[in-house]
Amino acid sequence: MPRTATTGGRLPAPLAGFLGRALATAGSLAVTVLGLLFVTFIIGRVMPIDPVLAVVGERGSPEVYAAAREALGLDEPLPVQFWYYLREVAQGDFGTSLLTARPVVDDIARVFPATLELATLGVLIGVLFGVPLGVLAAINRGRWIDQVARLVALVGYSMPIFWLGLIGLLVFYGILGWVGGPGRLDVFYDGLVPSVTGMILVDSALAGDWMVFGNALSHIILPASLLGYFSLAYISRMTRSFMLEALSAEYITTARVKGMSEWRVVWVHAFRNIRVQLLTVIVLSYANLLEGSVLTEIIFSWPGIGFYITNALLAADMNAVLGGTVVVGTIFIILNMLSDLLYKVFDPRAR
Amino acid sequence: MREWLLSDSPASRRQARLGRLYAGWLTFRENTLAMVGLGILVALLLCAALAPWIAPHDPYAQDLAMRLKPLGTPGHLLGTDSLGRDILSRLIFGSRITLYIVTLVALIAPVAGLLVGTVAGYAGGAWDAVLMRITDIFLAFPRLVLALAFVAALGAGIENAVLAISLTAWPPYARLARAETLTIRNSDFISAIRLQGAGPVQIITQHIWPLCLSSLIVRVTLDMAGIILAAAGLGFLGLGAQPPSPEWGAMISEGRRFILDHWWVATVPGLAIFTVSLAFNLLGDGLRDVLDPKTGGSQ
Repeated sequence: MPRTATTGGRLPAPLAGFLGRALATAGSLAVTVLGLLFVTFIIGRVMPIDPVLAVVGERGSPEVYAAAREALGLDEPLPVQFWYYLREVAQGDFGTSLLTARPVVDDIARVFPATLELATLGVLIGVLFGVPLGVLAAINRGRWIDQVARLVALVGYSMPIFWLGLIGLLVFYGILGWVGGPGRLDVFYDGLVPSVTGMILVDSALAGDWMVFGNALSHIILPASLLGYFSLAYISRMTRSFMLEALSAEYITTARVKGMSEWRVVWVHAFRNIRVQLLTVIVLSYANLLEGSVLTEIIFSWPGIGFYITNALLAADMNAVLGGTVVVGTIFIILNMLSDLLYKVFDPRAR
Repeated sequence: MREWLLSDSPASRRQARLGRLYAGWLTFRENTLAMVGLGILVALLLCAALAPWIAPHDPYAQDLAMRLKPLGTPGHLLGTDSLGRDILSRLIFGSRITLYIVTLVALIAPVAGLLVGTVAGYAGGAWDAVLMRITDIFLAFPRLVLALAFVAALGAGIENAVLAISLTAWPPYARLARAETLTIRNSDFISAIRLQGAGPVQIITQHIWPLCLSSLIVRVTLDMAGIILAAAGLGFLGLGAQPPSPEWGAMISEGRRFILDHWWVATVPGLAIFTVSLAFNLLGDGLRDVLDPKTGGSQ
């Protein structure tokens, strides 16, 4: 806070606090991302594939081999190589994908919106159902609705997501025919709307093409509900325990004694005080969904980043795997820290 | 016997210890769901131990004349897969693989975490700062994606999957062990032992580790479900156990192609994974109530 005090005008306390925390967080963010890059660098080093052989071929003479090794910087000591790696990543250069023969960065930029769209809708569903369920469970502690909420969460924690996806596909697509199958769109809707954000729901809405929107929705609804269920399990449990804590506070008793309606007590007084904690939980589950969508994307042939990484993995395309890992990892780390920061800044109890 | 166990004035250290265990068991037994979980896991253990005797068929024996038979086919209670192998027998043998993976991860990750956490907590200062920084870095990583990258580099297979899961699973244990160590470190009995001339190694291994165990065990049990799901996920992606191994995740992956016409091939192993991870979650909840009264299960 002294940093902002010297600039003259006083900043509102939360904002000043935010700036101070943000600087500290940025520092620890940098260290963590550096750690992530170090790990991916090491993974790239221990892989059994010799990158020099890929360049010179198996019949290259020892001189050519040595020259290529030098050109790739592989004769340098490891710290120097790590430095080269950092420099490349800082320039957004993750190398070229073997599978698509294009820069990994371009590939990721192309597939990422699909994952973002899926995870966003997933977390929306999770919040929409998870928060009310958690609140209801807390109000009716020990009664049947609490038991149901507990069961819903427990099943969510124990279910293999890829299996539930398969069953969902079997039931809602194969048998009932209620939803679209794998992929983002039916073939004949492909390419009808101009790609602005890469998120088909947004693009088609922007273009006013509701046929495409409807088709995209029928494809995304099942995988998104599935992801939503998994975040619901976590969000509803956390909501419940936050609410129980808030409801046991003395001001709640006071409000009740004053004769306030139960609805007002719960939603206006108790819920208002758990908003910040809840927000951090939601950001965390968003981060988990971005990562957790890997298996879901495989099941639904959803052309997002998880699908991309897995396909690259099976083709031993290490540049793409590591590039994808760095991107997903960095976003995950940023969201994690954001959640931490939000809590520290907006919740006076944490100061 | 019961009197002896629950005696208020135990005559020996052994009696006191057994008595506490017995009292814990009595509390645990009242938790119906946790007992169900325990029952499922005992059944799983028996399945794995007696696999060659209770499995009706050889899990690898192919019979193309009998391929993709539905549930309830005589001789094949849970049907057969695309190569005519008996799904029930494969499930029974698959339980061995599941237990193998879970046991290995449950040994490696907490022990690594315990080492890091207790050393950081006991040594303090620069050691603490560096070790905890590393732990925090690992804690902030996306676990599944990182495990994928590890397996990609090391090559597919059960052992590598175990290694990859362990490498991403140890940080929470390190934090837990450090927190426990910090509360124990400054207690009087540790000072007393130190005055008697015990070195740091002896203090950590003989006096701090045993006290960290109960919270670590609860944490491991609660994490087991996650470990099983991660291993099955890797198997499903073709990065864990390799065919024709009857690993449950790999079985789902094999059945995936037939899901629309022959649903049971993928569904049955998925139910097995679900049942076992549910059992671990139930057991973990129950154990937490018994061993760690601070955070009651209903909270």
